[in-house]
Amino acid sequence: MLIRIRRAGDVRESEITPEGLYLSRRHFLAGGAAAALGLSMNPARAETALRALGPLRKSGFSATEERTPYEAVTSYNNFYEFGLDKEDPAANAHTLKPRPWSLRVEGEVMRPQTLEVDDLIAKTPLEERIYRLRCVEAWSMVVPWVGFPLSSLLKRVEPTGKAKYVAFETLHDPKQMPGQNKEALEWPYREGLRLDEAMHPLAILAVGLYGRVLPNQNGAPIRLVVPWKYGFKSIKSIVRIRLTERQPRTAWNVAAPDEYGFYANVNPDVDHPRWSQAKERRIGDFFRRDTLMFNGYGDEVAQLYSGMNLRRYF
Amino acid sequence: MRPSLDKTILFIAASLPALALLWLLPTGGLGVNPIREGMHYTGDWAIRLLILALAITPAAKVSGAKKLFRYRRMIGLFAFFYGLLHVFTYVVLDHFFDAETIIKDIAKRPFITIGMGVFLILLALAVTSTNKMVRRLGARRWQALHRLVYAAGIGTAVHFTLSVKKDITEPLIYSAIIATLLLARLLLRYELLPRLSLRSS
Repeated sequence: MLIRIRRAGDVRESEITPEGLYLSRRHFLAGGAAAALGLSMNPARAETALRALGPLRKSGFSATEERTPYEAVTSYNNFYEFGLDKEDPAANAHTLKPRPWSLRVEGEVMRPQTLEVDDLIAKTPLEERIYRLRCVEAWSMVVPWVGFPLSSLLKRVEPTGKAKYVAFETLHDPKQMPGQNKEALEWPYREGLRLDEAMHPLAILAVGLYGRVLPNQNGAPIRLVVPWKYGFKSIKSIVRIRLTERQPRTAWNVAAPDEYGFYANVNPDVDHPRWSQAKERRIGDFFRRDTLMFNGYGDEVAQLYSGMNLRRYF
Repeated sequence: MRPSLDKTILFIAASLPALALLWLLPTGGLGVNPIREGMHYTGDWAIRLLILALAITPAAKVSGAKKLFRYRRMIGLFAFFYGLLHVFTYVVLDHFFDAETIIKDIAKRPFITIGMGVFLILLALAVTSTNKMVRRLGARRWQALHRLVYAAGIGTAVHFTLSVKKDITEPLIYSAIIATLLLARLLLRYELLPRLSLRSS
């Protein structure tokens, strides 16, 4: 029979916190800290559940500002295909099946193609691009995207001399995207760029964020990111890219032409009819900060619009 | 004078949404953009309480439950209180006293102009809500002033509807309720709505 004699320094077993409780206490503390920053934690959506991408090249276009936490980037989204509230996409986007996924590139091109996105990811050198994201609703984030220049894909399909614009389309499948059962917008979601905007090195197709493949609510498996324009231009879950001669229809412009223009360049001097665009709130901040012309990318992109009246072409 | 039990219960119930904020804020319950969410939350409760205040008179007249009039002032004051929180969120939390932006907003954007107008009405009604003020103004003038609550109801409906980006279902539901309550008053006034004569004995 083993008789245990307790020494003074021993900890009684009854005093040892079970691991589960200990971990949940850590969680509680982490949650409290995040809450103090105005962030919500949801342990069910751990980023480690998604496939890591790599190796990633760094980019000279990356911002040096503090990145918005992963939890915020993946829990506060406008993606009406999964509901109108910001929290809806994170809650509902599990119905989207991002793999396998075909992307059709066609229209005014010499070599139309249908690409498998995972194949494209495997064969394309990927870069990390840390970009400011400015939503038209006057909030902003800093997101470390993973992707490649849109221009590299467009060059591959060889645009014809007639190609002047690039039109993008999101998947249209109400089974995978239940929000499409409601007529919130004209489905599928459509966006567009002028060809010279699309060829600009800042415009990328993103396939990941924070070093891993895109979560569904952020537009898996492939989305556009145009950092000098309001966020709604950066169309998600793309299935079709079409080069066209005429300016394409775009979802928000069709829905409210007086509020959302085709260009939608970030511009602190041109207000939205219902709010000022002069300032923005960076997610996690209390005070608003000044919004920068072209979201701070003016040195790179301003020449695209030289001579244009940006009040008229808002 | 000790407050009666029914009024105490009503006071606690109407305070609960504000007390919930004290819990939601530190726990991250308002999400990653708490100021924007708080704006919607306080606005929602202001319109709900205002609807409840507007419902008292027609409900009391139709049902004959005169007792309901006892609660009208307190509910109206709570509508003002949530409106005050809403305006506080806008002026202090969202824009931190940025007078230039706020003045421009009020001048240029109809939904904010109307919202501020509604707030001024509710402020005037709250300030003149005491028995003393009724006596000072005289019953007739007091009642004329407090009829502005109808304008506040209509203004709130318009303010909410114009502020929404997409899908105006919810503001339209609130607007329909407000319209029904105002219509009920009109019908009662011209004796077009039946009154149940079940007097509370």
